[in-house]
Amino acid sequence: MPVYLPIAEISVNLFLILGMGGAVGLLSGMFGVGGGFLMTPLLIFIGIPPAVAVATGANQLVAASVSGVLAHWRRGNVDFKMGTVLLVGGIFGSGLGTWIFALLKDAGQVDLLISLSYVLFLGVIGGLMLVESVGALLRSHKGTVKRKKLHQHYWIHGLPFKMRFRKSKLYISALLPLVLGFFVGVLSAIMGVGGGFVMVPAMIYLMGMPTSVVIGTSLFQIIFVTANVTLLHSMTTQTVDVLLALLLMSSAVIGAQLGTRIGAKMKGEQLRSLLGLMVLLVCAKLAFDLILTPDDLFSFRLLEGVN
Amino acid sequence: MMGNRSVFGLFAIALFCLVVAAQPSRADNTLVTDISSHLISVTSDFTGTDLLLFGTVTSSEGSLPADKGDIIVVVRGPKKNVTVRKKERVAGIWVNTRAIEIAKVPGFYAVASNRPVTDISSTGTLERLKIGQHRLSLSAKTTPLDVQDFRQAIVRQQEEVQLYTSNQSAVYFLGTSLFRTSIHFPANVPVGNYVAEVYLFQDGELVSAQTSPLFIKKFGIGRRIFDFAQSYPTLHGIAAIIFALIAGWIASALFRKD
Repeated sequence: MPVYLPIAEISVNLFLILGMGGAVGLLSGMFGVGGGFLMTPLLIFIGIPPAVAVATGANQLVAASVSGVLAHWRRGNVDFKMGTVLLVGGIFGSGLGTWIFALLKDAGQVDLLISLSYVLFLGVIGGLMLVESVGALLRSHKGTVKRKKLHQHYWIHGLPFKMRFRKSKLYISALLPLVLGFFVGVLSAIMGVGGGFVMVPAMIYLMGMPTSVVIGTSLFQIIFVTANVTLLHSMTTQTVDVLLALLLMSSAVIGAQLGTRIGAKMKGEQLRSLLGLMVLLVCAKLAFDLILTPDDLFSFRLLEGVN
Repeated sequence: MMGNRSVFGLFAIALFCLVVAAQPSRADNTLVTDISSHLISVTSDFTGTDLLLFGTVTSSEGSLPADKGDIIVVVRGPKKNVTVRKKERVAGIWVNTRAIEIAKVPGFYAVASNRPVTDISSTGTLERLKIGQHRLSLSAKTTPLDVQDFRQAIVRQQEEVQLYTSNQSAVYFLGTSLFRTSIHFPANVPVGNYVAEVYLFQDGELVSAQTSPLFIKKFGIGRRIFDFAQSYPTLHGIAAIIFALIAGWIASALFRKD
């Protein structure tokens, strides 16, 4: 059943879109990530213009993160103070990201920017996750789990503007979440992702936040950053397709609820190694597309009407 | 709109002069044509459509023509400037390195005829009337040696998505004077002002021509969303966010386990 998307200006199959939304939602619920890093490339693969895919992906993530954060909030797993600091950085970052996006869109390099960003970040993060979680799995099999020190001190802990985050049991420099939020905000605007795949590892490994509050807190921040990205893209490039976003949302939130239940039954290491693997697969697909000789070396884009 | 109309007028006058100039002494046939609809509405369930284009050939005395001649039908879509980019391998990956701006590229182009256009008339005439997608005048702002590759890329890619077609359904003569053809407009057809041209040739000479306007417009909820996004981008963005917040909240409330 075809549906005409008013902003993307193409007809797509309704069930394909709903199926994609549901599948990505399921995975995002399982792994506690927004799923933007899967949704945006999938939308591009089925022929949605990349700019529309990024902006609409961000819009859809608002809904996904709201439904996710409410569940975590009820369990008390959201550090609002940490989330707010991350958010301040995120707002500025997404502003910069949207500006870069619009600039490169005019220069005809935005598709390359999107692909390269995906390959780079997915490659690094996926690789790290896989190595770490496989290591943890092996250790747990051998039964020699070393008890981690409660606090490890690096140069990071010497930074100024220290703040106390009670929920996260941390006393660290506010610069750390600010910079992290800013960086993730840039990625969010350029890649149409929530940035959970960067933020979650950074919060765990870099800032030392307890795993239990990490996902809820990152989702809380993602709501506002993706909302900001939606607004900015809507204002600068008019590329948010509300109809497409609604279709994706309606199926993704259902998928996510199911996914959360499946995820709760799996071990953390297993989840992380699976997620790492998936991230690397998407990365490999995008990298191949950059390297393989394209079917057509030429591409064209409409400028303003002349009549 | 004004500019549009005046160009249209000029075109009509030019055609008229052409027709008059082509009038030899003998009695010539003329055309009466119409399209099944002058307005195509693109709604949210639009999957493409076919238009029927028909007409009659009559001799100048109003009787049935002795030789009905040849018919060529051309439908042209709204013209836009485009940027064509070419990828080259840079450090192992494919990157857009060169760009050429090409003016007045029709967003849609369909040609249909009762026999191959090159059999109907000379290349010179076809060239002048821009009949056939390879005879479009795609003028580039800069003209490097391989500019033809960039032009051909547009035609090739438009053909792939069926926006440029030739003889999808040929022109049929029904009896001695009535002819018909149908033009297919795919789902991805650009909106705007179109023009349908019908040319009557006799012995390779253009003897009559008719043009009729055709409009493709967005209608329904899709049109309203598009207009709203263009006219009120900030409100549109806020509305998109509110929808998302509500959708997320509803989902969460529905699936709440307690």
